[in-house]
Amino acid sequence: MKIEHRILVADLCAARAGLKVDPDKTYLLESRLAAVARREGFASIDELAENLKARREERLAWAVVEAMAAGETSFFRDREPFRLFRDDVLPALVRRREGRPIRLWSAGCGAGQEVYSLAIAVEEQRASTAAAKVELFASDISERALEKAQSGLYTQFEVQRGLPIRMLVNHFERVDEMWAISPKIRQMVRWRRINLIAEFAGSAQFDVIFCRHVLSMMVEPMRVRVLENLARALAPDGFLFLGEGESPAGFTEALEPVSGRSGLFVRNPAYRAAA
Amino acid sequence: MVGRERPLKTCLVVDDSRVIRKVARRILEDIGFDIAEASDGMEALAWCRAAMPDAVLLDWNMPVMNGIEFLRHLRQEPGGDKPTVVFCTVEADAAHIHEALDAGADEYIMKPFDGDIIASKLAEVGLV
Repeated sequence: MKIEHRILVADLCAARAGLKVDPDKTYLLESRLAAVARREGFASIDELAENLKARREERLAWAVVEAMAAGETSFFRDREPFRLFRDDVLPALVRRREGRPIRLWSAGCGAGQEVYSLAIAVEEQRASTAAAKVELFASDISERALEKAQSGLYTQFEVQRGLPIRMLVNHFERVDEMWAISPKIRQMVRWRRINLIAEFAGSAQFDVIFCRHVLSMMVEPMRVRVLENLARALAPDGFLFLGEGESPAGFTEALEPVSGRSGLFVRNPAYRAAA
Repeated sequence: MVGRERPLKTCLVVDDSRVIRKVARRILEDIGFDIAEASDGMEALAWCRAAMPDAVLLDWNMPVMNGIEFLRHLRQEPGGDKPTVVFCTVEADAAHIHEALDAGADEYIMKPFDGDIIASKLAEVGLV
């Protein structure tokens, strides 16, 4: 893949999605884009890039961005945030909301493992959360990721990363060579395509947002915008979970860390967003 | 990986395939286990009676004594409730998994596996 084409793709990803793509990582670019080139009927990735440059076709541009946006993930990734959610955050919200719906959002949900982990955690806490109404939402920039997530189908390899075996047999069913999540869990989640760097419409606020390992994939100038978007979407007493090593520090004052709770952030009550 | 002052945890790898035992040994040694090997359930049981391991990575289908029979025997031995038992088998249907859990297995790996899966499963049961 020619360097000018690698730069073209990197610029496209940054402009459309705030995505950080290193043009020197030829192997990564080629391995992600080979499938797009094949699907779209190009003889090579360079031919795809030439076409992209010449015709600026929206659909093709997004296919390229989506392919580069895909990230590795697993069920209950890093474990601790999900324990914190189950043992501290969820019970606190159940008490505070007194029967009003508790709204959770997995922002940048990828293939769905994060939101389904939350759904399983909620379902397994039913005994203690009783009648609490929990609404789960998941979004991603990639239509293809959303399609896979909505299918609830995972390979044997995927279900063995992070998912305890009891949860597998309790919430999944084997279908041919794949594992399908139970309709009950799948139907708990509502899906939507959202670009986190864009203004997202809707005044609805969320009590919990998981946006893990998304910021670290973005170009720095866009992190401010994403964090402020997330802060606005967060209820005044809501909780934001970021990935390991991700922090609003140095980007925005809108959010502040919860002491002693790594990766957990809340809105800064003193912060007023510029109108 | 582990400080020298703490003795390594021991893991007994039970599989009739020498290749699988070798692959599992390399992964588990990298994680920080001391490894023993057995090629069937009977041999594994003898090993456990002599020195109970902290963990057992257990194949299902083996000659002489298979994995599930071994597990049922193990759980009745003095101290046999202690080892964390992780099945590692090509049997990948819910019926086998339920049978393993009912017999006292702690976790279950469906082959083929890799280092990430072993590490993830051992983390699940609190061994790493």
